[in-house]
Amino acid sequence: MLNRFMQMRLRDLVILAVILFALPLFLNNPFHYDLATQMAIIAATVVGLNLLVGFAGQISLGHAGFFGLGAYFTGIMTSNYGWSSVPALVVGAILVGIVAWIVGRPILRLKGHYLSMATLAVGFIIAIILNNERALTGGPDGMPVPAFTVFGWELSPFGSYNLLGMELNGSEAWYLFAAVVLLVAVWLAQNLIDSPIGRALRSVHGSEVAARVVGVDTARYKSLVFVVSAIYASAMGSLYAHFQGFITPAVAGFDFSILFITMVVLGGMGSTMGVILGAVVLKLLPQVLADFQELETVMFGAILMLTMIFMPKGLLPTIQTAVGKRMKKKAGGQA
Amino acid sequence: MSALIEVKGLDKAFGGVHAVEGVSFSVEAGQVYSVIGPNGAGKTTLFNLISGLYTPTKGEIRLKGESTAKLEPNELAERGMCRTFQQMQICMNMSAIENVMLGRHLKLRSNLFTTLFRLPALLRDEKSCRERAAELMEFVGCGEYLDTDASAMSYGALKRLEIARALAADPKVILLDEPAAGLNAVETAALEKLIRKIADQGTTVMLVEHDMKLVMGISDRLLVLNYGRVLAEGTPEEIRNNPDVIAAYLGG
Repeated sequence: MLNRFMQMRLRDLVILAVILFALPLFLNNPFHYDLATQMAIIAATVVGLNLLVGFAGQISLGHAGFFGLGAYFTGIMTSNYGWSSVPALVVGAILVGIVAWIVGRPILRLKGHYLSMATLAVGFIIAIILNNERALTGGPDGMPVPAFTVFGWELSPFGSYNLLGMELNGSEAWYLFAAVVLLVAVWLAQNLIDSPIGRALRSVHGSEVAARVVGVDTARYKSLVFVVSAIYASAMGSLYAHFQGFITPAVAGFDFSILFITMVVLGGMGSTMGVILGAVVLKLLPQVLADFQELETVMFGAILMLTMIFMPKGLLPTIQTAVGKRMKKKAGGQA
Repeated sequence: MSALIEVKGLDKAFGGVHAVEGVSFSVEAGQVYSVIGPNGAGKTTLFNLISGLYTPTKGEIRLKGESTAKLEPNELAERGMCRTFQQMQICMNMSAIENVMLGRHLKLRSNLFTTLFRLPALLRDEKSCRERAAELMEFVGCGEYLDTDASAMSYGALKRLEIARALAADPKVILLDEPAAGLNAVETAALEKLIRKIADQGTTVMLVEHDMKLVMGISDRLLVLNYGRVLAEGTPEEIRNNPDVIAAYLGG
């Protein structure tokens, strides 16, 4: 039975759901919940970025730009124009998708370092615009964002809620919401990967020339996955803005872009569960290392370097290979 | 009726080197048409030109009467041309059957919406695609590898897998670039049978190959290249008796 479970298509999703809903047993205070919520939102962003980087093999060093655009579109529309959260999120995501398509068409013709530089520039430009359009964005001082609302129902970290008889405070409610969002994000990503479109994307990574001669319009698929990953980033940026209640242009900044890409590479390119692990580890490390005070950054860098040297495929794929080998050994011993 | 593939005055220069120079020939539908010649004669360059990976410096190629000058490789695939490579191009990040299913890309009707929500239309499409891919893998003789990772397969099996992928698109013409390279005698004999089977189904086959026994046995017509130029063109019988070919290639 265990074997049949391991073969299941949605195995990873089930495991993730169990972890996400069991996690509250280990979360003791609102700070823990806040951290877990941030992790879930960022993990969902990275799952989208992984479609581009891990599966289609195209890099983006400017993805925080799309994350920031989503966050600011939500911020501006909900606080200045009285829009409700869901329409702001959806319209924002569509607009960001269009922006990604327009900039993606020309820059995705580039390869390797050139593509890195171009996407880096896209991120910078977006951050500069957010910094300078003071009238709309509040400039470097940032802007407040109202709580997330659906049909007049408000999800605020300071509220209290009743879900099927369970008393939840705001932080707990936000965590559950973010967990469900992450599950949906993973489900959609897995559906995309395991499909003709997903095969076409992976073939762009595996052998672009093979993809072209069997009829895959590689330019079109690169644009498509760039747009999809930008939409992921934008939607998660919108949620992040609501959750934080206050945003600054830093959400679109270089540091955030690098953080996203590091999560993908560290966790394991092309492994959806891997990049989620990457997101968790990179959000958790600074908390764990805080005790080292001024050595924190040094330790952080050292851990990243060592992981990349000794686990070049990323955390989860390396662990999976090791466990797989062990299980084979065991099975071999029995036979 | 005009020929399936018509090549006229084809020229490809890399810097000052003419890899292909003034090459003209035509391939009729249903033929097995082979291109032979010593190393560096321009055979692979010719294939890259025909399949749209290179743009000709001069001259023109027509597929079913249509000029291919402005067409991308994927657009040529839409018009029924598929190929394999001398340096195999297999997606090592996918399983064997996924590689073949990729070959059926053009036959699939799925959009982002049916994909994201895994609607029944997509599942039906995928099921028939998988069945057809499994059939083709059986046909080329690597049916036992279905869900094996491509990276775990042997060289000979990958060569056959690449042919299965090319066939998955139901091509009118398939270009095989040195399919027998690196194969032993038994595998080569199996390959010869496979090429015959493909030709018997009515698919036109263009072949670049060094193995003379294989080429002479299965080709309807041959093109002999030397230093990028056409040395001779004709039936295997004519080629075998052509004094130029004997001098330059078969070594007298």
